[in-house]
Amino acid sequence: MLQGYFKSILFIVFFFTGATSFYAQIEVCETCSFTSIKKAVAEARSGDTIHLKKGTYRENKIIIDKPLYLKGYDYPVIDGLNKADIINVFADSVRISGIKLINVGSSYTEDYAAIRVSKAKNFILEDLILEKIFFGIYLEKASDGIVRNNKILGDAVSEHNSGNGIQLWYSKRIIIKENLIQKVRDGIYLEFADHCVIEDNISKDNLRYGLHFMFSNDDAYAQNIFENNGAGVAVMFSKRIKMRANHFRYNWGTASYGLLLKEINDAEIVENIFEENTTGINIEGSNRVNYLKNTFKNNGWAVKVRGACYENKFLENNFLYNSFDVSYNSKLNNNLFLNNYWSSYTGYDLDEDGFGDVPYRPVKLFSYIVNRTPETIILMRSLFVDIIDFSEKVSPVFTPDNLVDKAPLMRKK
Amino acid sequence: MLKILKYSFFDLIRSRWSYVYLLFYLLLSFVLLFLNQDLSKAVITLMNVIIILVPLIGTIFGVMYYYNSKEFTELLLAQPVKRSSIFLGQYLGVALSLVMSLVLGLGIPFVLYGLFQSSAIWNFSLLLITGAMLTFIFTALAFNIALYNENKIKGFSYAILLWLFLAVIYDGLFLMSLIVFETYPLDKFTLIATTFNPIDLSRILILLKLDIAALLGYTGAVFQKFFGTNLGLFAALSTLMIWVILPVLNIARKAKKKDF
Repeated sequence: MLQGYFKSILFIVFFFTGATSFYAQIEVCETCSFTSIKKAVAEARSGDTIHLKKGTYRENKIIIDKPLYLKGYDYPVIDGLNKADIINVFADSVRISGIKLINVGSSYTEDYAAIRVSKAKNFILEDLILEKIFFGIYLEKASDGIVRNNKILGDAVSEHNSGNGIQLWYSKRIIIKENLIQKVRDGIYLEFADHCVIEDNISKDNLRYGLHFMFSNDDAYAQNIFENNGAGVAVMFSKRIKMRANHFRYNWGTASYGLLLKEINDAEIVENIFEENTTGINIEGSNRVNYLKNTFKNNGWAVKVRGACYENKFLENNFLYNSFDVSYNSKLNNNLFLNNYWSSYTGYDLDEDGFGDVPYRPVKLFSYIVNRTPETIILMRSLFVDIIDFSEKVSPVFTPDNLVDKAPLMRKK
Repeated sequence: MLKILKYSFFDLIRSRWSYVYLLFYLLLSFVLLFLNQDLSKAVITLMNVIIILVPLIGTIFGVMYYYNSKEFTELLLAQPVKRSSIFLGQYLGVALSLVMSLVLGLGIPFVLYGLFQSSAIWNFSLLLITGAMLTFIFTALAFNIALYNENKIKGFSYAILLWLFLAVIYDGLFLMSLIVFETYPLDKFTLIATTFNPIDLSRILILLKLDIAALLGYTGAVFQKFFGTNLGLFAALSTLMIWVILPVLNIARKAKKKDF
């Protein structure tokens, strides 16, 4: 124990003295001995810190192939001149902070990025501002890195010639925190990225998805805000994803979802808020997913179940003032709805245990009709529709008759 | 015309039924606001009530007033007064007194609960406009029915039937036709079919406020344009205007030719 302390103290002393004496401090500015970042990087030795002073540097393809700390002061601007990647990181333990990167060239054959990290470990990318980008931060086969507190502001207009804000490809154990991502194609895109954590980010006004998972397992995302994205958030072909306390809102449009789940197994969706989306959650081919304590408020459809979904559990969620609470396109149901609060529940609780005595049927006949003939949506809230809904409620013919919440909550959680 | 309007109006606001109507709205909105302090929620609930109730009351009141004041009308017809001004005066008297009950009955509680400080004021004005429009439309339709039918019982039954048709049956037929012809492109038909029913038009005004998220879930471009922009609001309001004007013109036309 004592020896452990001694070792760590020794390490700290060594580290600090090392940083000041062994490792060089290189300054780059318009009047310094180095005026080009590329040259400074080439001259630097492993572990050096490069201090980048205020100014505009017109450079691209800056290749960092040794452990370095590239630190900006007052947001120096690196202008990529619309040609290629701006910074390429090929070495472990690289840290980049406080820099503004602009003008990444767009291309139809190559994915140019403001910062590309390839096959590197233990990197930190923080306090960066990225503007006029194609891809923002591109991590390929990287691991154990941190991407935090960056502002990525794209100006994407159409999907085919725009890139993603933060893209992960075959990357593991990456932490993405407190970033703001706007107006790119996909805010954050994960492909074959496992064990990543995505927290406290804001991803909005993106052309396609705010956050997009593909073939990525064991990831977690929490406390993010996804707002006004072209198609919301998509989680596809992934296993064991944990989604907690995120805010999905204002995703409006025909193919727009708060959250789109496709081929998702064993996920946890807990304490999220879905507000004013055309569809809160669209579920397709997803099994053993637990939906706990989420709030669905003022959505067109709170939950749309498209088929091939088995053994999902919806427990203690709040369904508040949605046009449709749950929609099914078949008569088969293998999912459990229990102890949710439904704002349109009209039952009573005579024994006062907090649970309604009459089961609630969340699927209305009208939602079945709208599934079949979408134009009938125009008859929503008509007296006639209320009447047929009521008769269906009394004796279900078209909707799954075992789809009931046996003990709905009387008060919202 | 103004004199007759004034007479009908004051005759009606002295009657017991106007007070009952006014009290009903007062009570309804006070209870709603008492249970739920949120003004915008209360507005939405009231919209649902109004699109069913206002047409019913308008039709019944219109028919009832016409038949009750028939002797007085015949007396007036003996005087040198233009026929159209007699009937339009009576019509406006009924419609305005109903609108006044509606506006006061809903307005007083909402103002007391701080309407002017809240953001619900636009929705509330839309509610009042819709309510007023529906009153004008259905009172006019009721007068038309009464003018065409001398028999009281017949007139009443037609009036009730009209309400039932527009409030419930029309939507049923509409829904059936949509399902039967589901393989055809239907979005234009859908929008046109709603314009033939003032209750549906008012309902769409509510949907635009309440369920816009769900409405945008449909893929038709015509729908998108109609609901995604202010086009829907203006189209619905102007069609409602046409629904007021046409029956009123018919009252004037029929009144000129009718034998008493």
